[in-house]
Amino acid sequence: MTFFEIISLVIGILLLAIAFMAINSKKLINSVLFLSALSMLAVVAFVLMRAPDVAITEAVIGSGLVTALFVFTLLSLKRRESE
Amino acid sequence: MRKLFGLLITIALGVMIILALDKTSAFPKFGEVDLQERISSQYLTEENIEMVGSANIVTAIVVGYRGFDTLGEVTVLFISALGVAFIFGGTKQKRLDLKFKPNFMLRVGSNVLLGIILVTSLYIILHGHLTPGGGFPGGAIIASSVLLLYLADDKFRSNVKGFKLMEGIAGSIFVVVGLLGLIFATAFLENFLPVGTVGQLLSAGIIPIIYVLIGLKVGSEIAGVVDNFLTEEESA
Repeated sequence: MTFFEIISLVIGILLLAIAFMAINSKKLINSVLFLSALSMLAVVAFVLMRAPDVAITEAVIGSGLVTALFVFTLLSLKRRESE
Repeated sequence: MRKLFGLLITIALGVMIILALDKTSAFPKFGEVDLQERISSQYLTEENIEMVGSANIVTAIVVGYRGFDTLGEVTVLFISALGVAFIFGGTKQKRLDLKFKPNFMLRVGSNVLLGIILVTSLYIILHGHLTPGGGFPGGAIIASSVLLLYLADDKFRSNVKGFKLMEGIAGSIFVVVGLLGLIFATAFLENFLPVGTVGQLLSAGIIPIIYVLIGLKVGSEIAGVVDNFLTEEESA
């Protein structure tokens, strides 16, 4: 096994584990954060697969903007519930 | 029990996907793909790269050969932004009160970071034809800097009307550049400017111009979406 294969294997297993944690966590905010971590690992996977264009887009949109919008939506939902 | 079940399903799906993709003709081993089967070999010849003038072959295909598809993509993003504005927008809006006060560190830190993020986005947009990146990710980075401004100040509203104006102008100039290709060359969105040397900043004809326009349009669009998410209608 080469170094590249080992790294890809580790990242693949981590991707699966984090995806499982994202769908299975009790709190919604934890799900959102796991989703963000999933995007970050996907960026590493894209870079390993020599697709830097996709990696940049995934880093900005997947782990940046979408996470922020989810977090703000959850915050505003929480505020509505407390009212 | 439920967790175990979920874990089993996740592992089974993962194994299924890996088995389905492994060593079939559609998914050969990494690095051993015959590119001639996937993209037209015309795109990859050296004289063609010199004709388009873009060092980044992905950009050459996305904006150079398939410029009309990119216009469609921008339209899709515009429609989604329109949908968000249709649901969340209103006449009189104020900032969402999230019971979340930004502290001193967040305010100062975001002021420091804002410039760096904007410069990075400009770099990614302007070098779209040379290095990975381009108008779409660059525009999204602009929008994330606007998001940072919203985070740092709980009273801040960006100039939403200006964003809408910029979005419209950038989109219109994109179409006008395409129509100029119809006039000075033979087809819509065809390159009509000199290509220059491959690898220089001012090269690749209309590709940098289109990517700057796409960057401005995407940035203002997503910034508008961020504003829609963080505002609410004023309860009279």
